[in-house]
Amino acid sequence: MPSDLVHLYMRIDHLPQMWCPGCGNGVIMRDVAVAIDELIHDEESGVNREDIVIVSGIGCSSRAAGYLDFNSIHTTHGRAIAFASGIKMANPRLHVIVLTGDGDCSAIGGNHLIHAARRNLGLTVIAFNNDIYGMTGGQYSPTTPNGDKATTAPYGNVDRPFDIARLASGAGASFSARGDVYHARETIDIIKQAILHKGFSLVDVYSICPTYYGRKNKKGDAVEMLRWQKENLIPTARYYNMREDERADKKLIGILSYNDYPEYTEEYAKVIARSRESLKKNGGAKT
Amino acid sequence: MYGRKKLMIDPAWCKGCGICAAFCPRQVLAVVNEKVTIQDPDSCVCCGLCEMRCPDYAIWLVNMEE
Repeated sequence: MPSDLVHLYMRIDHLPQMWCPGCGNGVIMRDVAVAIDELIHDEESGVNREDIVIVSGIGCSSRAAGYLDFNSIHTTHGRAIAFASGIKMANPRLHVIVLTGDGDCSAIGGNHLIHAARRNLGLTVIAFNNDIYGMTGGQYSPTTPNGDKATTAPYGNVDRPFDIARLASGAGASFSARGDVYHARETIDIIKQAILHKGFSLVDVYSICPTYYGRKNKKGDAVEMLRWQKENLIPTARYYNMREDERADKKLIGILSYNDYPEYTEEYAKVIARSRESLKKNGGAKT
Repeated sequence: MYGRKKLMIDPAWCKGCGICAAFCPRQVLAVVNEKVTIQDPDSCVCCGLCEMRCPDYAIWLVNMEE
């Protein structure tokens, strides 16, 4: 009988989960549960359990919607953000959290991602980014680094990878951040901020896939892959205290971009109010 | 045990990945026959890092007050 957190926020009859030994997805799913738990217990946050909606697509990562015990929906491949957009538009009060993978949100669902970001629709997207399509057997994904191997790239990947956090921010997301598996506490705090953020927020969480990506690329087991994260992914405070040459080949764990663009459902509500006003004044829409 | 906290393990949920043992700051844990075991309970300071990084929720702290 595992911890109270698992009992409270997970569907215990679906557990233990089916991810491979050492898969980072379990840690990220726990990060999401802890973030929600801490927000629920923080009265100032205004977050209620009933207002949380978890939406996922297809892939290893997307199993999380089945394990987490909230209002949840497991949708079709790449369409998690599309379903989430509908839910948010129908009821803007809800905190809609999309759990998706690198392939799900940046390949199959790439358009949904950039347009939700462009509109700055108030969703929270947590991308479980393991650099590979794990569930289907280790094909390269849009985030597989150039030159790395996959079952569909046995001699090395020709493509250059997406940086999902920068992609979202370039497309207009008002909050874009990066987390990882090793720095769980930092990642929990980032996810909390992302959930509280009013506009479109994306957290690109670097997961680990020891089974396919790790094995194909001789990155070692789960422990070795986490050691790599510990040494190469650097939380904000330490990152900015490093000299530029020291951090040249390191990556920042933290918030990459943040601004207060108007949120889509609020702007949409203004359009509805304007049209109602016009109807009242003129007895009908102006043609 | 440390203070009022205690480390718990559910071997049935453990997949033996070894993350908890590798990153334990006090070397309390070890994987034996693909399952995590507590080797040195007296050194445990109940920091909770193992619980935080266990992908399978097989190791956790309980508060003995309750």
